[in-house]
Amino acid sequence: MSMQISRPARRSGGFRKLWRPKEKIPQALAVVLGSSAFALVLLAWSVLTYGGFVPPLFLPSPTEVIVSGYRAFTQFGLWNDIAASVYRVSAGWFLAALLGVPLGILMGSLRVVAAFIEPLIGFIRYMPASAFIPLLILWVGIDDSEKIAVIFIGTFFQLVIMIADVAKNVPKDLLESSYTLGARPGQVLWRILLPASLPGIVDTLRITLGWAWTYLVVAELVAAASGLGHMIMDAQRYLRTANIIVGIVIIGLLGMVLDLFFKMLHRGLFPWMSREGKG
Amino acid sequence: MSAKLRVEGVSKVFAAKRQPVTALEDTSFSAAEGEFVTILGPSGCGKSTLLRIIAGLEEPSSGSIWIGDRPVNEPGADRGMVFQSYTLFPWLSVLDNIGFGLRLKGSSRPERDRIARHYLEKIGLAEFARAYPSELSGGMKQRVAIARALANDPEVLLMDEPFGALDAQTRMLMQELLLQVWEESHKTVLFVTHDVEEAIFMADRVYVMTARPGRLKAEINVPLPRPRTYEMKSEPVFAQLKKTLMDLIRQESWRALNAI
Repeated sequence: MSMQISRPARRSGGFRKLWRPKEKIPQALAVVLGSSAFALVLLAWSVLTYGGFVPPLFLPSPTEVIVSGYRAFTQFGLWNDIAASVYRVSAGWFLAALLGVPLGILMGSLRVVAAFIEPLIGFIRYMPASAFIPLLILWVGIDDSEKIAVIFIGTFFQLVIMIADVAKNVPKDLLESSYTLGARPGQVLWRILLPASLPGIVDTLRITLGWAWTYLVVAELVAAASGLGHMIMDAQRYLRTANIIVGIVIIGLLGMVLDLFFKMLHRGLFPWMSREGKG
Repeated sequence: MSAKLRVEGVSKVFAAKRQPVTALEDTSFSAAEGEFVTILGPSGCGKSTLLRIIAGLEEPSSGSIWIGDRPVNEPGADRGMVFQSYTLFPWLSVLDNIGFGLRLKGSSRPERDRIARHYLEKIGLAEFARAYPSELSGGMKQRVAIARALANDPEVLLMDEPFGALDAQTRMLMQELLLQVWEESHKTVLFVTHDVEEAIFMADRVYVMTARPGRLKAEINVPLPRPRTYEMKSEPVFAQLKKTLMDLIRQESWRALNAI
């Protein structure tokens, strides 16, 4: 009697494995890849500018941008612009979250609330926030509250819908098992729906904060005397292209730091999620 | 013995697109105080619906449910339930999951930890008190779910195929473990399953359900002594019961298969 012994399958090459969908990759490789994307952009930028392929009016070189950035901080009070913008974005976003999170949870868990308010919110959320600016100037004037209102409008309606979705996706099984343990509807809201939604809420807050930043420049278009958006518009008026880039890069950096902060918050608050290695 | 749980003329008709579907036909039965009753039926026969109606999670189209001499029509802590799906609260530790019902009742942390630890000991997971559900295997999760239901001290324990998602070996161990825990409290248990051996091994009495629309077809007493041991599964009485129930359930399974 002969027996065939099959050879163990050869391990597939490391490189090919990287292209398998959803396959994990080493942490070090992820860092290298992420940094090299930045490096590539920087390289292309350097070649174009130092090589003299593009006039500085359209695209100043990295050196010019760094110098402009330095001068903006030391001579033109860029810190004040940053502070003003951070204040406006945080205030608008915070107000949106303050009202939107409870409303979203109620909308996602109580059908009566959803039936009442969902059509209205679905209607308003497609209206561009920038189109409200003339109205807002009439209603609240041209000071900080107008800018905060633009950011609020841009964020609030999306946020409510997303939070409602998070609450809607809490498994019904969890609610039912809490009922059989004696929970009353109020307790279910507080002890099941809220903790079960919390990771999704933090994620939504992270995403909507990003959107709030994108409304900043629009908000600071009109009658602003400070802020990163104002600084960018000002730079455009005087053709200080390097300053435009400084403003954009700073907004990007602020966003990245905040994103990182929320990711750490997520990890710190929800240790029960990460252990299985999946969301 | 007086009936602890009484189901009287309960039926359930679901509204569907084309025509209403009868999930459960006029069903009546009772379980005595401290009795372990299993309901055996083919899949989709409405046995889960029956259990959900008793738990108060679903409204019956007709009939009534009684716990002792009290009619019930909404969920309550008097009827604990263990589901087939994993329903532990993922954000709570194992200990806090077990103490959840007690917390709703407002008992203090030391009190509910003491009770939770007692049951944790019983299900053999004492060292997992601080673990989160995501760190447990399927069998462990269901043990904690059983402990969670028992720690709440319900009058009746409802179990909806609690071991249905487990592999055959784990399943047998879990049956023995559940009986061990049950021996201590002798709660009234209503246990739904589609597994013939499980139905016999666990029960004092087995009800057999027909394929959809579900209806109780037969009632069979299990004369095996308690406490049960797995060796009893090879006794002639067991084999005899198994044959009888197999015959009954086979007809229904065929009907269920052809009805779809």
